[in-house]
Amino acid sequence: MSKVYINGVSSVSPQSEEIFENQSSKSYYQHILPALDQDYKSMIKPMMLRRMSKAVKMGLFCSKKALLEAEIEKPDAILVGTGQGCMQDTEKFMNNMLESKEGLLSPTSFIQSTHNTVGGQIALDLKCKGHNMTFTQNSVSFESALIDAMLQFQNDDINNILVGGVDETSYEFTGFQKLDGQIKTEPVNNLELLDSKTSGTIISESAAFFTLGTEKTTKSYAELKDIEIFNSIALENLEEEIEDFLNKNNTSVLDIDAVLLGKNGDVRFDHYYKELQEGIFSDKCQVGFKHLVGENNAVTSYAFWLASKILKEKKIPEIFKLNALHCKEPGKILIYNQYLGKNHGLILLHSL
Amino acid sequence: MSDLHTELKKSIIEQLNLEDMEVSEIENDEHLFGDGLGLDSIDALELIVLLEKDYGIKLTDPNQGKEIFNSINTMADFIEKNRVR
Repeated sequence: MSKVYINGVSSVSPQSEEIFENQSSKSYYQHILPALDQDYKSMIKPMMLRRMSKAVKMGLFCSKKALLEAEIEKPDAILVGTGQGCMQDTEKFMNNMLESKEGLLSPTSFIQSTHNTVGGQIALDLKCKGHNMTFTQNSVSFESALIDAMLQFQNDDINNILVGGVDETSYEFTGFQKLDGQIKTEPVNNLELLDSKTSGTIISESAAFFTLGTEKTTKSYAELKDIEIFNSIALENLEEEIEDFLNKNNTSVLDIDAVLLGKNGDVRFDHYYKELQEGIFSDKCQVGFKHLVGENNAVTSYAFWLASKILKEKKIPEIFKLNALHCKEPGKILIYNQYLGKNHGLILLHSL
Repeated sequence: MSDLHTELKKSIIEQLNLEDMEVSEIENDEHLFGDGLGLDSIDALELIVLLEKDYGIKLTDPNQGKEIFNSINTMADFIEKNRVR
């Protein structure tokens, strides 16, 4: 199989995309973080925009930007990872059902409430009739979409793929995550999230999309080497699984320059990251991102965006660092994430 | 302009999320679909629901839709003649 390059990137999150350059972060004192509003009208026709929920808007906006950067008009395939799908429209039509006592319902929100609405709307906008798939696999949704991308690239006819992750919050449904302890109960500032000693985290909405291609261009960010997902890993086997994954890719812990960790301040499950921080990656530059953009099922797409930027710009902004080690020229990055101790994902990227 | 015309325009703007549009910007005889307001098939479904919900009118013949939803004027005429509430 030919190599896979990241040729265009774009993200929407509770932080501005410029955070990488200016390190100016937005601070929140809330448990549910909204993604920052964008100039959606600059990219999406108003008549299309009017019935789009946030996930669709964010997904299409990022997709068009990532394609524009890679100078690709129409990709050969569109792959989307989303854990929760279009929750806002689901909530809307369920509220309609209650209000109308299960009478007449507005069809739009029902039609658009499915998980694959984002992928479908992107395809409609781009008039792309290629392979279109949406993956809903909890916190490895984006990783699953990436795995499909790698499989699709084995086909000689596939040269460019649009792949991304997106999840939105909705007023009632996101709040339900408080009921089973996924969201913290005490007030917390996102910038202090990773020092938290309590259970739960802060939930957010975000999207990040990428143009992957088999051709390296002058704008390429990095090379995507491999992805692996695990439904569960016993803590005592975590390091071994990671070493096996790296060995499979003819590399080792020694070669890794930086590790991006999905630490989210949930005292019940952050020990997975601690194990690595104090173990095989203790002398590596450790990078976090959830203290800035929060937690959601597709947030590893943000980590992928961050890793791509790090490898292209060859620097790690201080605001993302979890330790004081300096990494002069990041060349190999491993992203590791899990949520609630399950659905572990590994992504390996190399610089060009 | 009758109250019904204004009421219809307000409902259409709200129901179809025509966020940046004002009542005064929709002409009574302007085509709602195609070259006029530019509504599409999903909007047509919303309008059918609107007729039933607000005026108790159930469209039995889908072919009627093209004529009824031609403009605000044609919609208002149809509602005046057939409304049950």
